[in-house]
Amino acid sequence: MSTASIGHNVSLERRAWNIRRHAILMGEVQGQGYIAQALDIADVLATAYFHAMRYRPDDPEWEGRDRFLLSNGHYAIALYAALIEAGIVPEEELESYGSDESRLPMSGMASYTPGMEMSGGSLGLGLSIAVGKCLGLKRKRSDSRVYTLFSDGELDEGSVWEAIMSAAHYKLDNLIAIVDVNNQQADGPSTSVMAFEPLTDKIEAFGWFTQRVDGNDLGEVRDAFDAAKAQHGRGKPSMIIADTLMGKGVPFLEAREKNHFIRVEGHEWELALAALEERKPA
Amino acid sequence: MKPAATKVASGGSGAGKPRLTTSAMIASIASEGQRTKPAPFGHALVELARQDDTILGMTADLGKYTDLHIFGQAFPDRYYQMGMAEQLLFGAASGLAAEGFTPVATTYAVFASRRAYDFIHQTIAEEDRNVKIVCALPGLTSGYGPSHQATEDLALFRAMPNMVVIDPCDALEIEQAVTAMGRHKGPVYLRLLRGQVPLVLDEYGYSFELGKAKMLRDGYEVLFISSGIMTMRALEAAKALENDRIDAAVLHVPTIKPLDTAAILEACSRPGRLVVVAENHTVNGGLGEAVAGLLMREGVHPVFRMIGLPDEFLAAGALPTLHDRYGISTGAICNRVKEWLG
Ligand SMILES: Cc1ncc(C[n+]2csc(CCOP(=O)(O)OP(=O)(O)O)c2C)c(N)n1
Ligand SMILES: [Mg+2]
Repeated sequence: MSTASIGHNVSLERRAWNIRRHAILMGEVQGQGYIAQALDIADVLATAYFHAMRYRPDDPEWEGRDRFLLSNGHYAIALYAALIEAGIVPEEELESYGSDESRLPMSGMASYTPGMEMSGGSLGLGLSIAVGKCLGLKRKRSDSRVYTLFSDGELDEGSVWEAIMSAAHYKLDNLIAIVDVNNQQADGPSTSVMAFEPLTDKIEAFGWFTQRVDGNDLGEVRDAFDAAKAQHGRGKPSMIIADTLMGKGVPFLEAREKNHFIRVEGHEWELALAALEERKPA
Repeated sequence: MKPAATKVASGGSGAGKPRLTTSAMIASIASEGQRTKPAPFGHALVELARQDDTILGMTADLGKYTDLHIFGQAFPDRYYQMGMAEQLLFGAASGLAAEGFTPVATTYAVFASRRAYDFIHQTIAEEDRNVKIVCALPGLTSGYGPSHQATEDLALFRAMPNMVVIDPCDALEIEQAVTAMGRHKGPVYLRLLRGQVPLVLDEYGYSFELGKAKMLRDGYEVLFISSGIMTMRALEAAKALENDRIDAAVLHVPTIKPLDTAAILEACSRPGRLVVVAENHTVNGGLGEAVAGLLMREGVHPVFRMIGLPDEFLAAGALPTLHDRYGISTGAICNRVKEWLG
């Protein structure tokens, strides 16, 4: 079974909306979580899981799958929402988010969750693993791809640039990396914590096929994934730079003062769900 | 302030709502109703910097989470945001120290000890640079899983020549340790408690001295030797054990390196006491093994036990749950001691 068959009649808009809803429900369980990040990246995840990637929900370790690495492990709440939507994690489990003994801890870890391919939490590791996976897949003559999501804060880590250089060196055209440029990290706006622009030029100069899109415009994101996939066989890794808006889809969270942990009061989870409900796509 | 930070399951295991425990990254280690002080490190560093204009603050995108932002607000032009780049942080700190400044560099303990170890080893310890490394989330003080649980930082920094290693217990000790580390010329690794930090040692007329262990209470049956938050726990355990007519002493050893060998040997030489080393760290290579090695070398052989974290990757979960499970809660300490006494 491929994704295409499950996702047949459901629009990408609706997938993204469902992912946002699962994430808010998980946030509500704990009264906290990286909800603003989950909302900003929902469109990218919907496109990855319901347009681009090949996998079998009932067999998350299927050898022929595309791999997805969550380098920014604190975005686990977002990936769990996508894994729930994809049928890899049962929806009932969102009730256990972040609780003792849950398979959905707040930080993504490979040994806890089906479909979670790496242990995150310590940032800047994913692209190195991706390089190894891409080399391994090529050795195995597999046509599977490796998708890696990482964050703009991770651009500060030297290891990220080591991996970027080596992916081009090894012509890893089976690698599609997506960086979430939400312009936020722990101490403030990413561009003021450590200037990283002009990002497209930098990554292009490292030898990557590089696209920059509005990460909350599903059309743009879908086209970017298609173009990146078309790079297979052309000898270059692909980078999608996705500019996103924290809190996307819930207007009062979009408008809230930007912070690494955006504050959500106890009563606001219901309001967030209601605001989302008003924007429910077909 | 944050909702549901560490609400632990209440009542039985009946049906109903999920348990509100949490594997959050940041949870307070202060128990309910405990006296606390806000951001003792940040405020003490501002004081120190007023007297010593070589002091600079540096962080790797964790200023707000290590209380260094308080220094940054007081001295914006002496504060360097290095981005989330721990190797750069410590390499640059070494360079600043070589030019005569005294950088105080902060991150989480896991990232200093794991990501940046070689940078610290070569550029700071080997060159004997005057860099102060101050790191939050020491040992098991985060429910976020192994990525944020610095269970081996003491072992790693103990193993580094030239490094002074301090594991403070409370807000009072952090303030005093900041002053002391400013006076010491050379690299220091300080385990940091941040946010609302428990205040405990003022009740014991305590003052921190670099390299000195202090007897906080005497007792003839059990001798706890402890550092960091485990001293707070040992004091609580000692109090609780009074109810079982068990008389326990607590020797607080905040400087892990250099170790106060004289005080430890003297305390362990008193006959008839069960010696229990308690540490918020893996049992591999921390205070427990440091004390054990000392006693073996010096031929002092009390009945010796260790309380510390097991040699495994710890779970994600709520801190109270994890402290119970891994045996470093006050209750768990009392139970172990009673077992050992038979
Ligand atoms: C190696 C490493 N250093 C520091 C941290 C602490 N940390 C957790 S999230 C974060 C901010 C990272 O930036 P980003 O992922 O862009 O943040 P967000 O967009 O979620 O606000 C930091 C510094 C970490 N997890 N790993
Ligand atoms: Mg970001």
